[in-house]
Amino acid sequence: MAKVKVARKSTAIDMTPMVDLAFLLLTFFMLTTKFKPQEAVEILIPSSIAQTPLPATDVMIISVSKDGRVFFGVDSKHTREATIRRIMEKYNLDLSPDDVNTFSIMPQVGLPISALSQWLKAKPAERDKILQSAPGIPCDSAHNELGDWIVASRLSNTQLRIAIKGDVDSPYPVIKKVIDTLQDRNINKFNLITGKEAPELIDTSKL
Amino acid sequence: MAAEVGGDSGGGKKGGKKGRKKGKMPRIDMTPLVDLGFLLLTFFILTTTMSTPTTMPVVVPPKIKENQKDQVDPPKIQESRLMTILLGKQDRVYYYIGSGQDEKRPPEMQLTGFSKTGKGIRQAIINQIKAVRDNPLIGPNDKSIMILIKPMDDSKYKNMVDILDEMNILQQKNYALIAPSPVELDMVKKYNEQAGIEN
Repeated sequence: MAKVKVARKSTAIDMTPMVDLAFLLLTFFMLTTKFKPQEAVEILIPSSIAQTPLPATDVMIISVSKDGRVFFGVDSKHTREATIRRIMEKYNLDLSPDDVNTFSIMPQVGLPISALSQWLKAKPAERDKILQSAPGIPCDSAHNELGDWIVASRLSNTQLRIAIKGDVDSPYPVIKKVIDTLQDRNINKFNLITGKEAPELIDTSKL
Repeated sequence: MAAEVGGDSGGGKKGGKKGRKKGKMPRIDMTPLVDLGFLLLTFFILTTTMSTPTTMPVVVPPKIKENQKDQVDPPKIQESRLMTILLGKQDRVYYYIGSGQDEKRPPEMQLTGFSKTGKGIRQAIINQIKAVRDNPLIGPNDKSIMILIKPMDDSKYKNMVDILDEMNILQQKNYALIAPSPVELDMVKKYNEQAGIEN
């Protein structure tokens, strides 16, 4: 008869499944995460039942802050560069190639065109500070720079879709000015950026 | 306790005799790797934003140019199918039925809010839909209602999104976003004075 061996049990736990799972989750989060693009002002968006996600590319975002300042941003470096070149031409603005390059990496503009050159020449940290306290892009009917930005970026990328990103507390008159600016340029179709809400539909014909 | 790779995880036979490599794998201490893995995992879990923003499409009627104003006739619609919603200060919603153009018979204005239950604007719109459906004077082909949304200058962007959202929820296609007329601003002012609400 064989001897009965009492195996000495190890205290080591096989952690392989746990590690597998951890790395699986890590991969998932790494792939799905999207870093919030840095924004000049924080905007709290209202929610709606709309379910269409905001496209990641080819969007022009016109942001309206809580205090009614208007910011303008387009995605892709290439579009930004082409946009600023058109603006330079139209406003006889003299920017160095360095300034153009700086502009093409800035996600948003929120200054009158006359203050653009000074802003682009500032140091990166200062630039952010200037943008945070920027007066926004003028969009009054008398002096409408927003319209020129829209036209310039549209010419630079004809695929651009237009989205308005307003804060919950943005005053309506500013939003109206933005919509009027779009309409004056024959843009009658645009999107409002909202947060997702549970879908809810009421069929009024059955009530 | 450490995460390890390789056979013989039980014993402590590190560095066995030469020539006994068969059947054994070198043990790698994976603890630092796992530590780093969890650190990154925590980082990504905390920084990730799951809620991606959505977009609500809006189509506005094209503007009529000044020199073409005479050539365009405003569409005619029965007054009883018309509902005007005015958005005001502090999420207040005023509404009335009809066009409100007849100054001799001003429409009866009512005040409500965005409440989803009870007497919010949603219920008011539903009531109007039902009233139009049950009205024998309106032909069977004209049973849809027309809603005019007029945000006043002291309303917020949120109010506009909310009312457009109500249109989507109630699946109403006939609405227009337009500016309030001076007559309507006066009506709201008078209503506020009568009801003792601060203008």
